[in-house]
Amino acid sequence: MSCFLCNSSLGKKLVMSLSGMALVLFLLFHMSMNLVALIDLINGDTQYYNGVCAFLGANWYALVATAGLAILVLIHFVYAFILTLNNYRARGSQRYAVTASEPGVEWASKNMLLLGVIVVLGLGLHLVHFWSKMMLVELMGQHEVLVGDEPVVPTDGLAIIKFTFSQWYNVAIYLVWLVALWLHLNHGVWSMFQSIGWANDKWYPRLKMLAKAASTLIILGFMAVVIAFYVMR
Amino acid sequence: MNFTLKIWRQKDAKSQGAFETYKVENISADTSFLEMLDILNNDLVHAGKEPVAFDHDCREGICGMCSLHINGHAHGPSQAVTTCQMYMRKFKDGSTITIEPWRSAAFPVIKDLVVNRGAYDEILQAGGFVSVRTNSVPDGNAIPIPKEDADESMDAAACVGCGACAATCKNGSAMLFVAARVSSLAKLPQGRVEGARRAKAMVAKMDELGFGNCTNTGACQAECPKQISIAHIARLNREFLWAKLKD
Amino acid sequence: MAFKLDSKVPAGELAQKWSNHKAAIKVVSPANKRKLDIIIVGTGLGGASAAASLGEMGYNVKVFCIQDSPRRAHSIAAQGGINAAKNYQNDNDSVYRLFYDTIKGGDYRAREANVYRLAEVSNLIIDQCVAQGVPFAREYGGLLANRSFGGAQVSRTFYARGQTGQQLLLGAYAALNKEIAAGSVKSYPRHEMLDIVIDKKTGEAKGIIARNLVTGELERHGAHAVVIATGGYGNVFFLSTNAMGSNGSAAFQCYRKGAGFANPCFTQIHPTCIPVHGTQQSKLTLMSESLRNDGRIWVPKKLEDVEAIRKGTKKPSDIAEEDRDYYLERRYPAFGNLVPRDVASRAAKERCDAGFGVNETGLAVFLDFKTAIERLGKETIKQRYGNLFDMYEEITDVNPYEQPMQIFPAVHYTMGGIWVDYNLMTTIPGLYAIGEANFSDHGANRLGASALMQGLADGYFVLPYTIGDYLSKKIQAPKINTSDAEFDEAEKAIAEKIEKLFAIKGNRSADDIHKELGHIMWENVGMARTKESLERAISEIQALRKAFWSDLKLVGTKDSFNVELEKALRLVDYLELGELMARDALNRAESCGGHFRSEHQTEEGEALRHDEEFAYAAVWEYKGMDQAPELTKEPLDYEFTHRAQRNYKD
Repeated sequence: MSCFLCNSSLGKKLVMSLSGMALVLFLLFHMSMNLVALIDLINGDTQYYNGVCAFLGANWYALVATAGLAILVLIHFVYAFILTLNNYRARGSQRYAVTASEPGVEWASKNMLLLGVIVVLGLGLHLVHFWSKMMLVELMGQHEVLVGDEPVVPTDGLAIIKFTFSQWYNVAIYLVWLVALWLHLNHGVWSMFQSIGWANDKWYPRLKMLAKAASTLIILGFMAVVIAFYVMR
Repeated sequence: MNFTLKIWRQKDAKSQGAFETYKVENISADTSFLEMLDILNNDLVHAGKEPVAFDHDCREGICGMCSLHINGHAHGPSQAVTTCQMYMRKFKDGSTITIEPWRSAAFPVIKDLVVNRGAYDEILQAGGFVSVRTNSVPDGNAIPIPKEDADESMDAAACVGCGACAATCKNGSAMLFVAARVSSLAKLPQGRVEGARRAKAMVAKMDELGFGNCTNTGACQAECPKQISIAHIARLNREFLWAKLKD
Repeated sequence: MAFKLDSKVPAGELAQKWSNHKAAIKVVSPANKRKLDIIIVGTGLGGASAAASLGEMGYNVKVFCIQDSPRRAHSIAAQGGINAAKNYQNDNDSVYRLFYDTIKGGDYRAREANVYRLAEVSNLIIDQCVAQGVPFAREYGGLLANRSFGGAQVSRTFYARGQTGQQLLLGAYAALNKEIAAGSVKSYPRHEMLDIVIDKKTGEAKGIIARNLVTGELERHGAHAVVIATGGYGNVFFLSTNAMGSNGSAAFQCYRKGAGFANPCFTQIHPTCIPVHGTQQSKLTLMSESLRNDGRIWVPKKLEDVEAIRKGTKKPSDIAEEDRDYYLERRYPAFGNLVPRDVASRAAKERCDAGFGVNETGLAVFLDFKTAIERLGKETIKQRYGNLFDMYEEITDVNPYEQPMQIFPAVHYTMGGIWVDYNLMTTIPGLYAIGEANFSDHGANRLGASALMQGLADGYFVLPYTIGDYLSKKIQAPKINTSDAEFDEAEKAIAEKIEKLFAIKGNRSADDIHKELGHIMWENVGMARTKESLERAISEIQALRKAFWSDLKLVGTKDSFNVELEKALRLVDYLELGELMARDALNRAESCGGHFRSEHQTEEGEALRHDEEFAYAAVWEYKGMDQAPELTKEPLDYEFTHRAQRNYKD
């Protein structure tokens, strides 16, 4: 039972589907937390967002969740590479000289790995920008971190957001990253239903609509924070 | 009409292949694509050259023997037809047409445009049947089957096993082919009995033969000459996962 | 030496013959079956179902096909359906009625006992296929649906959209796959049988020589019995509805080695094919006979309308109802558009000969759905024939929902074939022929939806029993040794033949010569034949055969994938088979079914049989390439049916 998840094509797809699904839920959660920062921004306050930051600091439950998340990302990523490698081999050594796009096939669906790599690179940068200055600092037992030239407490997430998105290049990078994520989710969200078999001809339009709606909602939520903090810098 | 043809020529499975360019002239618009190749081949024979080998048989779009990757599309640019059902009026006069064999690790080239699709037979041998003996069956009307189920089963059963799905798929996946058979039988009470065993055995064989993994691009259904829906892939996923959960 | 033909038809009442026979013939025990080898050549409905059934019974089976997979055999292209006497429609159908329709449809030139058995097992076929998961069309109540077909006044045809042959073949192929997986059957795709090997002492079949079409290697395969299931030889006409690879060579090798070839001239010309459009065509496309359920066939009544349609100044839909000649409904009120194929084809020819053909070549008539669309609505017609309409539009660029289809008869099926007895054994012991490859069930004309029935009847329900009777005598026989002198000789002869073909080094491709042969055949041995045309055909074919052996251009090598070599080898046989067909047609100075001798017709232009002279199967024995074959007659005694002039008028 357990081994089909490692050695069967459909088992591997199930892993991709379930880990993807969990990551989508996490994104939804993360996005809603970020919106709290907007409330603070509008009110000229810091209490709500930083309250969230303190709550999700180096507490045991947040650490367990973070570790779980890291494992999910790792699994999703490693499986993606394994599958892509298999797929590359399955195409054979001789490639088509002429290729054309098939009608009705989304570009994103054929470039999930590329989009995924962009997402992971963005994620690395994002961890440097935020996680390394927050949870990591707490884990190291320190109580202060330099943001720009200012020393702040690691639960002052708002200060870190303000600093990061005051720089135009960070904003630009984040926007590109989010567009890649949007495309990835566009295909990923309906695809995970397909992979577990919850789809049919009647439901494809609905699932694809759901995928568009969910990915757009997530990405707009993230973008709103980035742009709002840049504009109000 | 006149055309320039860029055709993949390969002596045998072991040899290295290459494109060669040919001209065909005065082709009537009502000529089928394969008849156009027949004309080219007859000219080549007269010139003492080896004709282009390509698979074909019924020329009615049902045997699944013809293949060809034409201008980047399996079975050519037309939708919902096999190569043999495509007519030259679909192409622009004077244009260049590139013709390649199916490219997939599981379909090695035998010669020129001919590939070995024996892998599809092997997958079906793994479980694409109902285990009933000759002459030991109930009356045909003993089990009523809802018309919608029979129709959906027929939709999947329309598969001709041409290999376009795996040849088109960027992952070289045979999922649409496997799903068509599994789904067709899963929709009928006669096939349901062995449903779990069949799904597991056929997927295992597909993996073993070196086909790739489905990533739900839907390219297969777009190029399938019988327009078989990836909804059947969803059903295969369901059948397979359900069977595995019960193990 | 003429054949001593024994049809082995069991005595007794017609309805009891098969049961009595089954009870009387021997069976082979399971332990002994494992020791016996059977070769089956061809994997269509007959071959695949026989291989599956025999493998399941415990025999060691080897199955050969020329395509890349057994699933591609040309049975797959049958569109319309399969007949069975189920009487599910409650229209008073019965085994006897199906038997009678088939005998009458075949114009009383089939063997009664065989046809009755066919009708008898027809019901089992439907049950078998349903159990295999064949998705037959169903009614809303969940029960099997039926449609009507030519030559019958009941609805007894079971179908799976317009792809019945495909679905039945996939069922048989799946059964075959089950046995391949179980190890009882071994499959040899891309292999062509080039000769049958006969034991010199006993005269029994003991194996085949096959060419591996990928490597060109000649292979020897021995067996205790060999079954030929290679279909018909319609491609002798070059243009036909047969698949490009369908050929008569396996059957013809059997004939060369001493098997009788029966009624070779009985060819079916199918009335509803897409007309020929030019000289570069390689293949004709059939439009299913099921279209005649709702389509009405007509030509204009006035020659000026014909002219206007040919010039394009009038569209067919412009012709007023009263100016249309629905000639089948006019001539055959009782059956109308659903007369048997030979009758419909000849009627189309009659109108075209009279100058009413509706395309530029004057060789086409209309098949019109206007009335049906008005009556049933476009949606219903689309549901019933959507895929056929799409296919027609793809080929001709004409939308059949708006303008009538153009159709014309084309070669479709050969009722003639290897002579077999009631056990389906040929005149060579241990050599069997089933399906279209044999001659037994369809007489001079086959009814629609009966070919699938015969293929599966032979393969599932007849051969697996009758072959046991022969093999029961072989249980002590050792494995066939393929190093025997007979195998040496056969392989050497083929190698020499191939060398000889390469050595000709002439100027004409196999296709060029084949096209010319097809032209000779169509003009002289086609829909209407006369003594003169047949004599002309014989001499022209003989001349063409000489041209072939002196002017063939063959490229490539013998030990590689070489389609030109395959074509040339098949053409060698067509060039003799064509002559044999003409000779048989010449001998049969009567008209019956698909064989129409213009000198022999009734005043109304219908086929005129001469029962007192020709109520026999003409069985020919090979005497050498340029020798006249010898005729033996198997009398066809009609014990249970009264032979009458076929009447589809009332």
